[in-house]
Amino acid sequence: MSVTNPNWKPKIVAFCCNWCSYAGADLAGSGRMSYPADVKIIRVPCSCRVNPMFILRAFERGADGVIICGCHPGDCHYTSGNYYARRRLTMLFSMLDYLGIERGRTRVEWVSAAEGAKFSKTMNEFVETITNLGENRKLGDIRCKKS
Amino acid sequence: MQKIGVFVCWCGSNIAGTVDVEAVAEALKSVPGVVYSVSYQYMCSAAGQKLITDAINEYKLDGIVVASCSPRMHENTFRKTAEAAGLNPYMVEIANIREQCSWIHKDKEEGTKKAIVLAKAAVAKLKNDKPLKAGTSQVTKRALVIGGGIAGIQTALDVADAGYEVDIVEQRPTIGGRMAQLDKTFPTLDCSACILTPKMVEASQNEKINIISYAKVEKVSGFVGSFKATIRKKARFVDETKCTGCSLCMQKCPSKKGKDEFNMNMNNRPAIYIPFAQAIPNVAVIDPEQCIKLKTGKCGLCEKVCAAGAINYKMEDELIEREYGAIVVATGFKPIDPSPLNEYGYAENADVVTSLELERLMNAAGPTKGTLLRPSDGKHPHEIVFIQCVGSRCDENTERGKPYCSKICCMYTAKHAMLIRDKYPDTNVHVFYIDVRTPGKNFDEFYRRAVEQYGVDYIKGMVGKVAKEGDKLMVRGSDLINNQQVEIAADLVVLATAIEPDPSARSIGTMLTASMDTNDFFTEAHAKLRPVESPTAGIFLSGVAQGPKDVPETVAQASAAASKVIGLLAKDHLVTNPCVAESNELMCNGCSQCEKVCPYGAITYIEKEVRGPGVREVRRIAQVNPAVCQGCGACTVACPSGAMDLKGFSNKQIMAEVDQICL
Repeated sequence: MSVTNPNWKPKIVAFCCNWCSYAGADLAGSGRMSYPADVKIIRVPCSCRVNPMFILRAFERGADGVIICGCHPGDCHYTSGNYYARRRLTMLFSMLDYLGIERGRTRVEWVSAAEGAKFSKTMNEFVETITNLGENRKLGDIRCKKS
Repeated sequence: MQKIGVFVCWCGSNIAGTVDVEAVAEALKSVPGVVYSVSYQYMCSAAGQKLITDAINEYKLDGIVVASCSPRMHENTFRKTAEAAGLNPYMVEIANIREQCSWIHKDKEEGTKKAIVLAKAAVAKLKNDKPLKAGTSQVTKRALVIGGGIAGIQTALDVADAGYEVDIVEQRPTIGGRMAQLDKTFPTLDCSACILTPKMVEASQNEKINIISYAKVEKVSGFVGSFKATIRKKARFVDETKCTGCSLCMQKCPSKKGKDEFNMNMNNRPAIYIPFAQAIPNVAVIDPEQCIKLKTGKCGLCEKVCAAGAINYKMEDELIEREYGAIVVATGFKPIDPSPLNEYGYAENADVVTSLELERLMNAAGPTKGTLLRPSDGKHPHEIVFIQCVGSRCDENTERGKPYCSKICCMYTAKHAMLIRDKYPDTNVHVFYIDVRTPGKNFDEFYRRAVEQYGVDYIKGMVGKVAKEGDKLMVRGSDLINNQQVEIAADLVVLATAIEPDPSARSIGTMLTASMDTNDFFTEAHAKLRPVESPTAGIFLSGVAQGPKDVPETVAQASAAASKVIGLLAKDHLVTNPCVAESNELMCNGCSQCEKVCPYGAITYIEKEVRGPGVREVRRIAQVNPAVCQGCGACTVACPSGAMDLKGFSNKQIMAEVDQICL
């Protein structure tokens, strides 16, 4: 998709679980491991708290990419939350793909509290993917993004 | 309309360096609902907190947003500030503009823009916050210590000294751990057993300490203050209350070909055995894989010779269920297996040994009764080569070993070299090293003694190959200081192998939902400020389970963990997290989806009369027990009717954040 607006910057929402990924993001911060400012983090207690509704809402409101980060499988602070998240989001992403929101715009990544470098690397990769995909125009008729 | 105050922290130059904090405070003033917005150098300082308190009082604020460091740092500080000023502590939101903004962005304009968005998102969330009230929960005044090495023993002793009951669960038949296997300890050259065994005896005699050996923790449920653990005590086939430890059974046992784990499998032990002379409990155990009676039904010799009548071939595993207020992880370490590192020839040559094997070879209770003899032919070695950093400090991508420094190897190699030169002055000792790391009290002095006083030959460089030639081991390596290749014909090669967490650590971490790093060491709640606590409340870390450590550090950390446990057990009640799930009675149709996904069994169903617009009937509805709910939110997404919501992270709150970020 061609980028029409030369000033376009991707809008990326990152849901991070409080115990692993949010702490991993903090570690990336204190380690000064940079990633683009386009990524804005929302703290949730667990990746299983991410309601598919939130992701749909983000795209509806003009997000270009949504990433959900949680504890590694088996390491969930709440024992099994990330497994629920994995199943739910697999279904959701496949549906979004059907609707025309490319697979690349949605991602799930497991980042532990000790993986600041992985958090930063993941975010850099994700922003690059979204930048290559360009502006998200799907769900455009109901989105509230200013043109 | 709510009245909201916004407080933007400079954090000195940490935030103000890449974020125009004044512009952020200014921008937030135009947000509807914000009646006060200000920036200040250090919001967490007494003056900063006073600024917040005064503003809450002056502007009659309903809630505050603090744009500062991570909520993991100061959320509690600002909640307490708000509470002291008469505001509900849960009407506080933190915008993380340090770790997730100023520290990772270089461009001030970009950083400022992002900080404004993050602060606005926090305001949007705050507008949907509701005052919450924390409940309380009971504290079971008993601690569980997993692992009975020096770390676990020290923690248990300190907790017991404060008057609390402690259970030590040890997977091996005796407590003592790795330290029991050591011959001497650096930098004092104390005899390891002489300083450890009194502690072991003290633990066994302390009436507050209950040692559950040859056991493992199988299941843990509950939460801080009230954990429930199931402990499987494996069948020893010897009655602990009757066995006197006379060891007659060991002498008579005809099946003597078992590998002696305590001596690093370098000699054999009978099927019924006591791991070592000072074992605690000093009680025999039968190896069911090796015992003729248990395998074929014939023999029974030990039963015949046991005067105490302690042998019981029909013994079964015992399950113990107990409640604890706190759990301490002291699972320790094991040396890595250097076999995959082909260049050292560990798998092929009996005379290439690990440092822990050497430790046993030098110990009076070891396979050679303390005389240093090489394993292949029992001859006294005259040339010994030590190789440092075997499997430590490896490139993470090569998977040849561990990326970290194992910390103890430099010192124990200096110790070994010194002891050998002291006892056998005719033996030459060479050490290949990358760096010699001696940061500890009297450590460098110790290393220098090895070099200067004992003439140990330190060679800076790596070893490329160890190959057998005749009855010698040819060690080829580089000498970086003299810039040449060296070749030494050695009689014995000792590998300072990396240490790694005990293999049981991973499953214990999963069971306790205590986070671990990529190397399976337990993660601490804060690397500097909370080094002995796991991020999971009520779980404490002791010893090498958290990272490589020597004995003094382990003991210090063990006592630190104990003091944290005592602090917890001393409380009668704990304040619970009020951010728990809540079911909307009017929307709930009692479908049970939420109950299925709840990992804590916090959801029950009741028949209740529901009254609402146009509704008045008795229905089956979900009810959340706030004392059991841990607030993960799994139920909120599973609920098909949207009746479940999570306080503090409600649908409305998160949606408001999403909307603001995407604006």
